[in-house]
Order: sequence, then structure tokens, then C-alpha cells
Amino acid sequence: MRFTTAGSVDDGKSTLIGRLLYDSQTVYEDQLAGIRKATKAHGGLDLSLLTDGLRAEREQGITIDVAYRYFSTPRRKFIIADTPGHEQYTRNMATGASTADLAIVLIDARHGVLAQSRRHAFIATLLGIRHLVVAVNKMDLMEYREEVFREICGDFGRFAAQIGNPPDLEFIPLSALCGDNVVRRGDRMPWYRGPALLEHLETVPLAAEDHPVGLRLPVQYVIRPDQDFRGLAGQLASGAIRPGDLVCVLPSGRQARVRSLVTRDGELAEAFAPMSVTVRLDEEIDVSRGDMLVSPADPPRRALRFEATVVWMNQKPAAADRPYLLKHTTQTLPARIVEIRHRVDIHSLSARPASELQLNEIGMVVVEAQRPLFIDPYRRNRFTGSFILLDPLSNETLGAGMIESAAEEAGDGASHSASISMEGQPEALWALARRLAERGHPVAVLPAQVLLVGPVGTALPAAASVELRFTAGDSPEEIFQELVRRGIVR
Amino acid sequence: MSTLTHLQALEAESIHILREVAAEFQRPVMLYSIGKDSSVMVRLAQKAFYPAALPFPLLHIDTGYKFREMVEFRDRFCVEIGARLMVHTNTQAVAAGANPFRLGTQKCCGLLKTRALLDALTAGGFDAAFGGARRDEEKSRAKERVYSFRDSFGQWDPKNQRPELWNLFNSRVDKGESIRVFPLSNWTELDVWEYIQLENIPVVPLYFARPRPMVVRGESLIPVEHDIPLLPGEAPQMVMCRMRSLGCTPCTGAIRSAADTVPKIIAEMREFRRSERENRVIDHDQEGSMELKKREGYF
Repeated sequence: MRFTTAGSVDDGKSTLIGRLLYDSQTVYEDQLAGIRKATKAHGGLDLSLLTDGLRAEREQGITIDVAYRYFSTPRRKFIIADTPGHEQYTRNMATGASTADLAIVLIDARHGVLAQSRRHAFIATLLGIRHLVVAVNKMDLMEYREEVFREICGDFGRFAAQIGNPPDLEFIPLSALCGDNVVRRGDRMPWYRGPALLEHLETVPLAAEDHPVGLRLPVQYVIRPDQDFRGLAGQLASGAIRPGDLVCVLPSGRQARVRSLVTRDGELAEAFAPMSVTVRLDEEIDVSRGDMLVSPADPPRRALRFEATVVWMNQKPAAADRPYLLKHTTQTLPARIVEIRHRVDIHSLSARPASELQLNEIGMVVVEAQRPLFIDPYRRNRFTGSFILLDPLSNETLGAGMIESAAEEAGDGASHSASISMEGQPEALWALARRLAERGHPVAVLPAQVLLVGPVGTALPAAASVELRFTAGDSPEEIFQELVRRGIVR
Repeated sequence: MSTLTHLQALEAESIHILREVAAEFQRPVMLYSIGKDSSVMVRLAQKAFYPAALPFPLLHIDTGYKFREMVEFRDRFCVEIGARLMVHTNTQAVAAGANPFRLGTQKCCGLLKTRALLDALTAGGFDAAFGGARRDEEKSRAKERVYSFRDSFGQWDPKNQRPELWNLFNSRVDKGESIRVFPLSNWTELDVWEYIQLENIPVVPLYFARPRPMVVRGESLIPVEHDIPLLPGEAPQMVMCRMRSLGCTPCTGAIRSAADTVPKIIAEMREFRRSERENRVIDHDQEGSMELKKREGYF
């Protein structure tokens, strides 16, 4: 399991991690000897020195960049992304959160919920982390009083309720310094009946994606050792793939069946996210890096423009109409921000008007790419819903984006063609055909109650890129909305 | 829907990184140090591009102070897997008599490893270089990105690293600049040995315990190779031991151990209370010495 922590030395974050490593016996004797030597000046064993790795960090007593730590217990292996809490390092906090399943938000029992804890909780949630552990630390300095803990739980709960799509919350009172409720439940807080932090980390079920989408396999590399072998290599962003499956290649829309899943250790009967695979198709269709294999029944949305939440990471502010490069899945292409809708005030979570986004600011923007992308909302798929913006001149990484939705754009019709079958309700099929035709879609009703529909402004296609089946229970309105959702109808 | 084991998830992540580099860079190269991490990295590369051959050469920086068994293993292994192997030595420094006994370990390392590496990368025009370093090895490595940017002098700036989110890596460099890439970033020493066992990956026999002639100096076991200068009264003796990590003979101590198979090494690792690079003299000659060497271009 990967989790992130954020904070500074002051709130005991480094001590907490040091305690997890120390009490789970992950710290080696020579490393301990090293920190004993370094802490001689102020006595005791300063566990925080286990984590701050750079000379500048030790000099200044702060965490500047993400450090990754590893420990394991008999039940789970853990990767910690230990991130700085200061506002000026928000981008590093986002880096750590982007690959985490869980975040520990540290709160100093003496100070209650501070801006830093709120910022961390907000960024963790923004980056799709579904589990937050609110660790109320330094309970020893508040005589382990229950009401201190309860008040902080209440404050934090009210804050978390304002975050859209709030995550699961677990509150744990602890003392990293004394070890209470970190690895083992102590007896100094008998009023607390929940698990110790490590017990929780070991047992929390990692939720699958809320609304899993179908197959998404961005093609990274085409393996071509000779004329007879052509393997499409990539890591599944979601879904599963099996020999015999019908897949659709985007952007071409061509379909083919999976011939085999090739590995050095033999062929696979099935592969699923997040495996890295090599796929052979049964037909030689044109596929290259940047293309994506998807399930025909549940394709991603095609969009030239889309709304996204962006974390800005560069001194040069984000502004409309500057030339950027955008990397999405396995392709990089020119793009620009066409509009900054607002910036988020991270303290009040309210939207503020903005014409630029400064370093470490978060805002909602509309992005336009030079050619259409195939996207999913970030909350449904971290990999087809995320992108980074790069500076074409300095090559720096400028910002990280999480896609909310495709933006409406004049004159851009949906790209998919679909064949829709509706068993046992010919009237509804004809009604749907009329409704689509009124919107400008080319339609044809084929034998066996199948409706073929194409994108607005195009000729009726010979074959459909998506096949949909509806049964007698689906109302025409539900079917229409489903077509909108799939990007077949706008 | 099934889930992956921890090792399967690490494997999938590493293969993604290897393919991303092969796709986005003009001239990648894989640094091959002959150690267990290199063995795992090469296996992952074989998997990533199967059934094709590796789309990049292997590069070994040979200081001339490597164990004889390492060099034998290297030559045999590269022939067996059909890899293109390049070996680079800073011949100028060697001719000028660079050795750790005369120059001290820091300067020796700077000339025979760091300088040699930077020269080899420049000479080959390589814009990306894979290394088998892991973040759990050392605390400055814990801070390093998977894609670690180096300026045209090969230097690392740890305070100004590119943000790195999800699996979207920024591979853009100008002429002369390069990226060091660490596909094993998230692997631990134990993960590496468990993978070696699972995949039956060949490693240098020096990792397995047997009686070897050693100079016993205090707590240290120093291999008798390359004319190591002896102190008065010292004589080599046979000690049951093995190497936990491999480097140059004068700077790599052995550990007392009876673990002569991979399962025994894994069992021993679970009991270990001392860190992997403790026996590497060069990491400890100064506080933060790995960070300093890395800034200068060391892996």
C-alpha cells in the first residue's frame, strides 16, 4: 500500500514516520548509531532524523522534497511518500499524493486543525485519495484528554464535508513521541476503542475505483523484432483484456480482436490493470505510440477542449494562450489554456476570480489541445484523467491537471458511431432514430431492430465503433442520456 | 477482478518505465554494474521488450578494481542474453596511477567512477541512462525522482527537481543534458532477493557464502585481491562469508554468513539489523557523502 504524509518537523510528522519504522523494526543498527551520533547534542533519540535526507533539510530542520520510505509487516508492504507541509512546497505534496492510496493528515493536538492540515486533506482528495487518516498527535501534551480529540474530530469533519466527493475518514489519537496508538494500542487513552495507526494501515480495505471504466490500454511502444511479430506494449490504465476480446483502437476507431497476450514466460489467459502487457491483434491495423486500445462498449470521451483542475508548479504563472506542451497517457502535443475559470482559496475552499495561477495555486481551467484527446474524468480513472503541462522552451514541468469533463465546443460533433439494438420495442427504436436525426445525426434502421448512428455532419459510417444493447426495461429517455454520456450524442 | 502481488505491481511499474524511456529518448543506455540490482533490471528489460532484443546497450564502468568473479560473470552473462556490452575505463587516471590506497577513496571514486561515467555518457551521446539504484538504499537516494534530470555537466540539483506525478514522466532535455532513470526506485533489498528467487535470476557467486581468504581488520572483512596493502602482523585467513553488495574490492567488505542459497539469503535478510551499504566505505567517509557524489554526477 502506498500512503502519503505531509507536515513539518514541528508537528511531529518525521517523528511519527521514524516511530513507524523504528517500532516495526525497519531501522538498521548502523542507521540508529548514525542518528545517536547526530542527536548527542540534545540527548534522547531524535527519530525525525531518520527521514530528512538532504543536507539542506538537516541544516534547516525542514522537509523540502518528497522522500520515499519502505517498510513491511507480515501483513502488508508499505511505501510512504513523505512530503513537506509548507505552502511553498505544495507541488511536492501533490507529487507524493499522485500515486498514493491513503493519506495521513497530521494534526497537533495543541493547535487543532491548521491551514496546513486542511491543505493536505484538500490536495489528497483532489488527487483522488479515497482514505484519509486524521492522526491527532501530541496527545501526551494534552494529558490524553478525550474532549481535545473530540473537538478536533468535529472541526475536521465539518471541513471535510465541504470537500466535493469527501473521502473515508478515520480519526486516531496518538503520541508519536511516546508511541501511544502508533504501532500498538497504549493504555493511556482507555476511552479510545479504535485501532492503532499501524493496525489500521494493515487492515484498511483499499477501495477499487468508485466507478470503474472499461478497458484502457495506452500504447507505449510497438515491439517489432521481425516481419511476423507486431506487439503493442503498454500498461493497462483500467479494465481487463483477454484473447478473443474485441477492442477498438483510438483515434482511428478501427476494431480488431486480441490474438494473444505475449510475455517472456508464456501467453496469458487474462491481463488486468495495472499490468504491463504486450498485445497481438488478429489484424494488421495501424497502431502506434499514443494510440489507445479501449473496450468498444465503454469508450472514453473524445474532446478537443476540457475542464480540468490544475495545480500550478512553476514561478511563471499559468495564463491563457501561452504555448504549452501537454502529456496525456503516452502522447505529448501542443496545448493551451483557453480560460481560467477560477482559483481555489485553499483555506475556505471557495472559488475566487483569477486571470493567472501563481506557483502552488490550484484552479479550474479550460484546456484546448491541438488535436482531440480521449479522456475520462479523473475521479473515474487516474491515468486517462490526468495530464501534465510542460514548457516547450525550458522543458520544465509547469503544472499537473485532473480532468473534470469535456467542455462543450461549438461545431465539434461527437466522434463515435454506434449500433444500437433494442430488443422487442420497435416503436421506441423509431422514436430514438427520429430524435437523433433531428439533432443532425445520420441514422439508419437495419434489420433485426438495430439502429446505426454516426457523428453529426458526417456520412453514415459502414461500421460502428460502439455496440450497445438495450432491453425492454430501458426507457427511451434513459437510452438517450446514455448516448450523451458515451459521447455519441451531444 | 484480481489484484497483483506486491512484486507483480513493482514489475509492472518498472516495465512501464523501461518502455517509456525506450520510446521517448534518442539514445538510451543501461548502466550495468554486475550486481544483483543490475541483474534484476536487465531481467525486467528482457520482459519489457520480449521477444525483441534489448533496444539499448549495457554500459559497465570498470574501475579495474572489480572482483575477478564479477568480470567473469559479466562477460558470460552478456553473451548468454545476447546483450550489447560497452566497457569504459578512465584509462588516463589509471595510467597516472589512480588507486584508493594513494588517493583516498573519495578522489579515487571521483576519477574512476564518476569521471569515467560522465565521459562514457558524453562519448556515447546518451540522453538517458538507466541505473539500478533503489530509494531504500540511502537517504539522498530516497529523495530522487524516477527520472532524475542532469544538466550538461552531469550534475544533480536536489533542491530543484522536476515535479513527477502519476506515471507521466517529463523526458524533455536539450542537447548535452540527460536523464538518469531508476526503474527500481520503489524496490527494497528484500524485494530484489524475493524477485531473484521467484524468477530464478543468475547473480554473481560472491553473494553466496563460502570460505574465502580475507584480511580481518577489526570488524571488517577485506577481500584479498588487487594487492591490498597489509598492516604489520596481518595475514589473510579463510572466513565463511559473503558479499551483501558489490563494488570495488578495496572498498567492499564481506559479512560473516553461512547463507549459500537464495532462500537462505532471504531468511538472513529478514533478520538483518544492519543496512546494506554499511560495508561500502565510500558512503561513510563524510556526512551526506552520497548526496555530494550524486550532485557531481555519480549514480
